[in-house]
Amino acid sequence: MKRSSRLGITYAGPMGLWLTIFFLTPLFIIILYSVLKKGLYGGVEWTFSSAAYRQLVNPAFAKVLFRTLTVSVTATAITMALALPCGYAMARSSHQSLFLGLVIVPFWTNSLIRIYAWIAILSSRGFANELLKQLHIIEESLSLIYNQGAVITVLVYMYIPFAILPLFTTIDSFDFQLLEAARDLGASRFTSITRVLLPNIRSGIITSGVFTFIPIFGAYTVPLLVGGKDSYMIGNIIVDQVTKTRNWPLASAISLIITLVSTVGVMWMLMAGAQEKRERAQSLRKAGTR
Amino acid sequence: MKNVSRSYGTFKALDDVSIEIRKGEFFSLLGPSGCGKTTLLRSIAGFDTPDEGVIELDGRNIIPYPPEKRLVNTVFQSYALFPHLNVFENIAFPLRLKKEKESSVRDKVAQYLKLVQLSGHEHKKPAMLSGGQKQRVAIARALINEPSVLLLDEPLSALDAKLRQSLLVELDQIHDKIGITFIYVTHDQSEALSVSDRIAVMNEGKVLQTGTPYEIYESPATDFVARFIGETNLFPATVVSCVPFEQTHMSTLQVDALGSVIRVTDDDYLEAGTHVSFTVRPEKLKITSHPPLTVSKDINLFSGIVDEPIYSGFQSKYYVALACGTIIKVIQQHATYMDEGPAINWKDSVFVSWSAEDGYIVEVIDR
Ligand SMILES: Nc1ncnc2c1ncn2[C@@H]1O[C@H](COP(=O)(O)OP(=O)(O)O)[C@@H](O)[C@H]1O
Ligand SMILES: [Mg+2]
Repeated sequence: MKRSSRLGITYAGPMGLWLTIFFLTPLFIIILYSVLKKGLYGGVEWTFSSAAYRQLVNPAFAKVLFRTLTVSVTATAITMALALPCGYAMARSSHQSLFLGLVIVPFWTNSLIRIYAWIAILSSRGFANELLKQLHIIEESLSLIYNQGAVITVLVYMYIPFAILPLFTTIDSFDFQLLEAARDLGASRFTSITRVLLPNIRSGIITSGVFTFIPIFGAYTVPLLVGGKDSYMIGNIIVDQVTKTRNWPLASAISLIITLVSTVGVMWMLMAGAQEKRERAQSLRKAGTR
Repeated sequence: MKNVSRSYGTFKALDDVSIEIRKGEFFSLLGPSGCGKTTLLRSIAGFDTPDEGVIELDGRNIIPYPPEKRLVNTVFQSYALFPHLNVFENIAFPLRLKKEKESSVRDKVAQYLKLVQLSGHEHKKPAMLSGGQKQRVAIARALINEPSVLLLDEPLSALDAKLRQSLLVELDQIHDKIGITFIYVTHDQSEALSVSDRIAVMNEGKVLQTGTPYEIYESPATDFVARFIGETNLFPATVVSCVPFEQTHMSTLQVDALGSVIRVTDDDYLEAGTHVSFTVRPEKLKITSHPPLTVSKDINLFSGIVDEPIYSGFQSKYYVALACGTIIKVIQQHATYMDEGPAINWKDSVFVSWSAEDGYIVEVIDR
C-alpha cells in the first residue's frame, strides 16, 4: 500500500512537470492574453480588456468559423470513408507490417514538401492536367488547385494515416468469425459490416475521427498553399492576427476556440473508451467467477 | 453431398467425400483433429467452396449460393455471439434482418429462449453469461430462422465434462422436439455414439465409414475406425481355413501376435492365405482365475498374467500379458456387490477367453 502510493508519486511527478511546462502554462498564457489589451506592435498591454471576445462576434469571423467547420467535417468524413476499408484490408491481410510501413512512410518527408508535391500535381500545367490531356480526356487545363476541393483533397491526404492507424488496431482485434455468424444468420456482406463490424469497433472509429478532425480543424499551411482567397480557415486567421494585424489577444481568443473544440472531441473519445473498458472489465470479472 | 474435394495447395483437406444425410437425422461427423470436419461443415454453410463435387439440400445444389441464402444455420465452436447486443437481440438478429414485426419477434424469441431454458436472461450481454449459457444463446439464435439443417461445430468442446454431458442430452431433446436435421461435428467418439442416429467417421479428409453407432462400433470397416471408436484389441492375421458354420462362415486365423490360431465367425467366405485384421473388443473378453469348465470348439482361450489392473468403480480394465508376450485389454463390468475388492489382482495368473462370434474381421488387406 505505502510502497505503491510512493511509486505513484514517482511516476506522476515527471508527468505532472511535463504537463505543467508544455501544456498548462501555455494554455494559461493564452487565456491571459485573450483578456488583455492589444499592444501596438504585437504583444499585449497589462490592462484587462474584453475587446478580443467582442471582435469574435462578427459576421466575417462567423463565416470563416463556419467554413472551417464545413471543410473539417467534409475532410474528416472523406478520410474516414477511405480509412475504414484501408484499415479493414490491412487487418485481414497477411502482410500487415508491409502495409503499416507504407502508411508511415510519408512521415519521413517534411509536410511542406509533400504539400508542394501536391501543387506540382494539381497546378494548371501540373501532372494531373498533363496526364488527362495526354489521354485526350480534356482539352483545356482544369483548375484543380487554389480552391476548396484542393484544400480538402490535400487535407485528406495529410491526415489519413492518423485515421488508418487507430482503425487498423481496433479492427485487428475484432473477431472476424462474428461476420461469418452474421452472414450465416442471413445478413448480406454489407449488412454484416454495418450491423456487426461497425458497432463493435465504435471506439476505434471515434478515436480516428477525433485524431483526424482536430488537426484538420486547426490546419493553416494547407489552405494557405493550395487554397484560394475563399479558403481561409481559423488557423490562417490566427497566423494573420499574430504576424500581420498584430492582435495577439484576438489570436489567443480564437486559439481557445480550437482548444475548446479539441477538448470536447477528446472528452468524447475518452468517454467512449472508458465505457468500453468498463464493459470489458465486467466481462472479465464474469469470466473469472465462472 | 457427392464427391466433395477441397485442397489447400497440395494438401487434400477433403478427399472425394460422399455422404447422404436423411431429413431429420442427428448425424455426426467424427474424426481426429485436422481430418477435415470443419472444412466440410464450412462448405455446407457456404464459408468455403469445394474444388469439386456437389452439395445438395432437398435435391438442389447449394454451392452457388452465398451463406445468407442457404437454409442452413451454424452453431460456432467459439459461440460467435455479438458482444454489442444483449441475449434478446442476439437471438432476434435474424428476425431483425428480415424486418419482422416487433410483436412476432418478441413471441419467437420468448419461445426459443424457453426451448434453451434461458428465459429471464434477455437483457444480459454475452459477456455476462457462462460458457453453457452462451452456447444455449448460440443454439437459439441458429434455430430461430427455422433452418432445414443445423450445423454444430464441436459446440461443447469449450465446456467442462459435466456440463458437456448435460448439454449433450439437452441438445438431443431439442433435436427430438423440433425435428430438423442436425449435423454435429466432434472428435469425441463417446459424444457421437451416445446421441447420433448415424455417424460418418473421417480421417485425413476421407470418409472411412458411415453407419449407425452400433454398426460403427461392432462392425468397423477399417483398422482406423476400430481403433478410433472405443477400445479394442486389434491384430493382423492370416486365414488358415474357412468352413460354413450355421448361417455364416467359421474361419480359423493364424495370429502371430498371439502365437496361435483363433476361430472367428464372419459373413463372408475367405480364401485360405488371405491377410486380414482381426479385432475383439475388451468388454467381450472373459477373464477368470480358473479355466472355463466347458471348452468348446468356438471358444478361444489364452492364459496370461495380469500386468496392470485399472479399477474405475463400475468396471475394471486389465492389461493381461499372454504367454507369448502380447498384451491384451480386458474390461470386466462389476455387476455385483463386492466390498472385498476385485477377485483378480496384479500378477495373478488368469485365463482370457472369448467366443468365436464375438471377434470380428475388420478389413481384408490385399497384398
Ligand atoms: N485456410 C486453410 N489453409 C490451409 N490449410 C487449411 C486451411 N483450413 C484448414 N486447413 C487444413 O485442413 C485440414 C483440415 O482442417 P479442419 O477441417 O479444420 O479439421 P478438423 O475440423 O477436422 O479439425 C487441417 O490439416 C488444416 O491444417
Ligand atoms: Mg474443427
